[in-house]
Amino acid sequence: MMGRLTQGVPRRILIALAVLLAVLLLAPWVANDYVLTVLILILYFAYTGQAWNIMMGFAGQLSLGHALYVGLGAYTTAALYVHFGVSPWLGLPVAIVIAAMAGAFIGYLAFRFGVTGVYFAILTIAFCEFARIGFDHFRWVSGSSGFFLPVANYTRNDLWNLRGSPAMFYYVMLALTVVAFLICHWLLRSRIGYFWQAIREDEMAAKTLGIDTFRYKMIAVVISASMTSVAGMFFAFYYNNLFPEQVFHISRSIELILGPIIGGIGTLFGPIIGAIVLTGLAESIFELLSALGWTPPGARQVFYGVCLLIVVMLLPDGIWPPLARKLGLDKSRDKTER
Amino acid sequence: MLKVEDLDVFYGDARALDGVSLDVPEGAIVAIVGANGAGKTSLIRTIAGMHKPARGRIALRGADIAGLPSFKVCNLGIGQVAEGRLVFPTLTVSENLEMGAMLPRARALQKQNMDRVLAMFPVLAERSGQAAGTLSGGEQQMLAIGRCLMGNPELVMFDEPSLGLAPAVVQAVLQTIRDLNRDGLTCVLVEQNVAVSLKLASRAYVLENGRITLSGSGAELLADDRVRKAYLGL
Repeated sequence: MMGRLTQGVPRRILIALAVLLAVLLLAPWVANDYVLTVLILILYFAYTGQAWNIMMGFAGQLSLGHALYVGLGAYTTAALYVHFGVSPWLGLPVAIVIAAMAGAFIGYLAFRFGVTGVYFAILTIAFCEFARIGFDHFRWVSGSSGFFLPVANYTRNDLWNLRGSPAMFYYVMLALTVVAFLICHWLLRSRIGYFWQAIREDEMAAKTLGIDTFRYKMIAVVISASMTSVAGMFFAFYYNNLFPEQVFHISRSIELILGPIIGGIGTLFGPIIGAIVLTGLAESIFELLSALGWTPPGARQVFYGVCLLIVVMLLPDGIWPPLARKLGLDKSRDKTER
Repeated sequence: MLKVEDLDVFYGDARALDGVSLDVPEGAIVAIVGANGAGKTSLIRTIAGMHKPARGRIALRGADIAGLPSFKVCNLGIGQVAEGRLVFPTLTVSENLEMGAMLPRARALQKQNMDRVLAMFPVLAERSGQAAGTLSGGEQQMLAIGRCLMGNPELVMFDEPSLGLAPAVVQAVLQTIRDLNRDGLTCVLVEQNVAVSLKLASRAYVLENGRITLSGSGAELLADDRVRKAYLGL
C-alpha cells in the first residue's frame, strides 16, 4: 500500500511532505490559541477545497452549492448527537449516506437530462437554497432559531464525542485533510481518474471512446458530496451552533471554492496552497491591521476579491502549476514544446 | 455485419432521420454522402448509441443494438472517429492513445494495439510526449484514428475525416482508411467530399433531409446524373 502510494513520487517531495507533516503535528505545542484557530481554518478549507476539486477539478462538473453537503453532514451528526446521544463518528456514516444520496439525486437529474455547464451550476445552487429554506422550517433541528450543541468542556478531551480543546480539533482536521489528500492522490492515478480527465477535457470524445460518462460523473458527485459532509460534522462540533441562514448560505459555497481556484483547479496541491494563501494571508493581514488599530469592515471580502483578481489576471491556472514548474515538479511534459 | 432498418430519429420535434435503412457488409467500405445537415452525423451518433432512435432496428451480426448506451456499443466493437477529431488537447499523444484502450474488450490488448498504431503512424511515436493540442490538423486526425484503433474495433465509422485538412493530407488519411480496410476493418465513411469517398466505397448511400434517396455501388453513384449534378458540380 505504502509502496504503491509513493511510487513515482520524487524523493525530495516525499521528504518535504514528511517535514511539513512533522511541523503540522508539532504546531499545537508552539502555537497559541489564535494561531491554532487560523491553522484549523486553513485545514478546514484545504479539506473542503479538495473535496470540491474532485467534482470540478477532476471531473469538470462545476458545483456552486457545496454548502448543501456541509450542511447535511453538520445537521445530521449534530441532531443524532443532541437528540439521541449518538457519537459523531457513528452519526458520520448516516451523514455520508444522506449527502451522497442528495448528490446522487442532483447528479441524476442533471446528467440524465443533459443539464451541463452553467445550468448544472445553477441547479446545485438551487438545491442548496431549497435546503436553506427547508431547514429554516425544520422544527426537529429548531428551524431558523438555530441548533445548538452543549458547549465543550475544555478540561478533558473527549475524542469519541468530539468535545474538547482546539488542539484536539486541530488534530482531527489535520487527519481529515491528510486522508483527503491521499484519497485524491489515489483517485487521480486510478482508472476512474483517467476517465474523469477524459470527461473534463471533452465529454463527447470520451463518449465516442466508450466511456460511460454518466456513471463516472455520478461517481464524482457522490465521492465529492460524501467527503464534504465529513467537513460538516467538523463544522457542527467545532462551532457548536448551526443556523440554516449561515450553513447553507451561498457565500459558504463560494468561500469553499476560492481556495482551489486560487491554488489551481484540478491539481493535487492547489486546494491546499489556496487555503494557505487565502486564510493564512487574510488572517495575518487583519492581525497586522488591528495591531495598528485599524479594523476596516468588509476587509476580508476585499482581500478575497483582490486575490481572485490577481490570480485570474496573472496566473489563470492558479498558483500551483507555475510553482510546480519552478520547483521542477511538473512531470507532465512541457506543453509549449513543438 | 451491420444492418440499419427504418430508423427514425428526432431532436425534440425536429426530424433528423426518416426511415433510414442501410447495410454494411463485413469487410466493406460503405460511404454515406450528403450535404450539411442531411443527417449524416445523426446517423453515426445513433448507431453509436449517443442518440436513442424513435423507431427502427440497428442490428450488429443479427443482435439488436438500438438504444444501447454508447459505452456498450463501443465494447461490441463499433468504433467512431468523430467529426472534428476531438482529441484531448492538453493530454499527451500517448495519453490520448491510452484513453482509447479503456474499453474492457481492449484493455488486455493495449500493448499490442499500441505497437500496431505507432507502426502505422510513426509521427505519433515521435510526438508521444507532446500535448495533442499542439499537433497539426493532419496529425490530430492520425491520432484520432489511432486512438479509435486502440479500442480494438471491428467496424469504424469515420465522420468527415477530411474536414479542414490540406489536400495532400486528405489523400494520406484516405489511404490509411483503405489500408485499414485491406487489413480486415469494416469501414463506414461519412463525407461531404463526395467524389473521393465514392471512389473508395464498395457501396454508397446518398442521404438527403434525413432520407436515403439513392444507393448503389460507389461506381454506380459516381456515374449517376443526379449525383453528378448535385454533388460533383458536373
